[in-house]
Amino acid sequence: MSRRVDLLIVGAGPAGMSAAVVAKRHGLDVLVVDEQPSPGGQIWRNIETVAATARADLLGKAYAEGAAVVRQFRASGVDYEPGTQVWYVEAGARAFLRRGGSASSVAADRVLLATGAQERPVPFPGWTLPGVMTVGAAQIVLKSSGQVPDKPVWIAGSGPLPLLYAVQLLQAGGQIAGFLDTTPPGRAVAAMVALPAALFGAPGDLLKGLGWIIRLRRQVPCVRHVAEIEAIGEHGLESIRYVTTDGRAATVPADLLLVHEGLVPTIHPTLALGCRHVWNSEQDSFAPELDGWGETSERHVFVAGDGAGIGGARAACLRGELAALRITASTGRLSEVAAEAFAKPIRSRLADALSPRAFLDRYYRPRPAVFVPPDHTIACRCEEVRVATIREQVSASRPGPNQVKAFTRAGMGPCQGRQCGYTVAHVLAAAEGRAVPDLGLYRVRPPLKPVTLGELAALDMMDSVP
Amino acid sequence: MFRKLDQDTGSSLTVHVDGHPVLAIAGESVAAVLLRQAPFWARTTPVSGARRAPYCMMGVCFDCLAVVDGVSSVQTCLAPVREGMRIERQQGRPDVTS
Repeated sequence: MSRRVDLLIVGAGPAGMSAAVVAKRHGLDVLVVDEQPSPGGQIWRNIETVAATARADLLGKAYAEGAAVVRQFRASGVDYEPGTQVWYVEAGARAFLRRGGSASSVAADRVLLATGAQERPVPFPGWTLPGVMTVGAAQIVLKSSGQVPDKPVWIAGSGPLPLLYAVQLLQAGGQIAGFLDTTPPGRAVAAMVALPAALFGAPGDLLKGLGWIIRLRRQVPCVRHVAEIEAIGEHGLESIRYVTTDGRAATVPADLLLVHEGLVPTIHPTLALGCRHVWNSEQDSFAPELDGWGETSERHVFVAGDGAGIGGARAACLRGELAALRITASTGRLSEVAAEAFAKPIRSRLADALSPRAFLDRYYRPRPAVFVPPDHTIACRCEEVRVATIREQVSASRPGPNQVKAFTRAGMGPCQGRQCGYTVAHVLAAAEGRAVPDLGLYRVRPPLKPVTLGELAALDMMDSVP
Repeated sequence: MFRKLDQDTGSSLTVHVDGHPVLAIAGESVAAVLLRQAPFWARTTPVSGARRAPYCMMGVCFDCLAVVDGVSSVQTCLAPVREGMRIERQQGRPDVTS
């Protein structure tokens, strides 16, 4: 049976939920699909269950704020399908989904991709060993499963998230063996120029962060300016070796190491759709090229939330509302003038929400080894291709990521380059004396997520008839 | 590797990890269960046979793949537990017929 909606929203995080509420209010027929079993995205993961429990207190106010947004979303009456993966979106637009072992498709006049961000891949020797995880992963486990590391944990990285998680972990009664701060020296000076805007626009955010730092330095052994990390072990993590920028090295026993070096927008869907992308030099990542409403270079395809560039949950909600207004206006259910009038106060709040961004981006800009790791590091986790192998491909022909993918299989595994795309681009750029924006990333093709032949065979082809 | 906080509430159910009965809480993911069930790995890689454990917990990395109720290569971080679920750590290349 053919399904058709006015608006398909991919992702039920802050941006997707906020957009859905606005679009539904203006009379659009909205379908929201999401990979997770419940709404909230990663930031407000499992909020419906946790909101009324003691766990909400230790996760903090910014987490608790999600409860109201999820309630509004639930009350809005939009169609919401959790546990659903989008494995292809074709222009026009039609999305192909898989849920509970079967595939289906839905035609949508307009598509909003609110697919958020992923943690920036942090390749270093030994990063594939069991016992090495991301900080975000550990926080998801805390939110969704109420569990913490059972032994003192090592945290290595840079950015607000490791600080926040460390504080949450201490609050929960967990133990931290040590905090390896990988923020390079000189970042405070580099970020200073952006401090006034952050202080003026969002003073509370900065104070909160400062509070985390003070608490950690008091309660946890902290090593600053860590430049290199290696995870060592045979079948799992046994120890960590680290070196600081001034050459201090140590090897310490470890059971669990959590790493984090910021976030990058999820751009697989927009890459597959052929949307134009731009290089964001402040965030060292690509993002889709968007107009002031979030519309991509492909007509009727919109992006909101961290997928548009990292901005946090508050900004994501506002970007979602803006996109929904424009989408509604484009269907004729709202006049351009009315949409602009609704948008004006939202734009002003968005500017405030984004005001700490430049400061944070500069302060927490990752160290060089995050982009170009040592030769023996595995670059592609899926196909186990090392940095040295990538570098060996460099020749007079100056290959790009797609040639290297064909020669080495890097990027051909199930994650489809989500963990190695940037590494391959940076390693090639460094070896060829080129810039990453000129090299670009792998060409992304469907399926965006693995789909079985059984699921494909069960796809009702009548769905394809508009 | 991980432990449950005492404050956790929710209805408990039983799943089987490589045949061993394990307590789980309704709503949590299979990967979360694997993170507190030694040995702490979900699969071995098809390339070198190296062990991998859940890494990103949000559906991006595919290192938490395991066999769930006979279906191979399930992203266990996206799979909520169900009563009586059979979870097996996945060895190397998945069985394409399952």
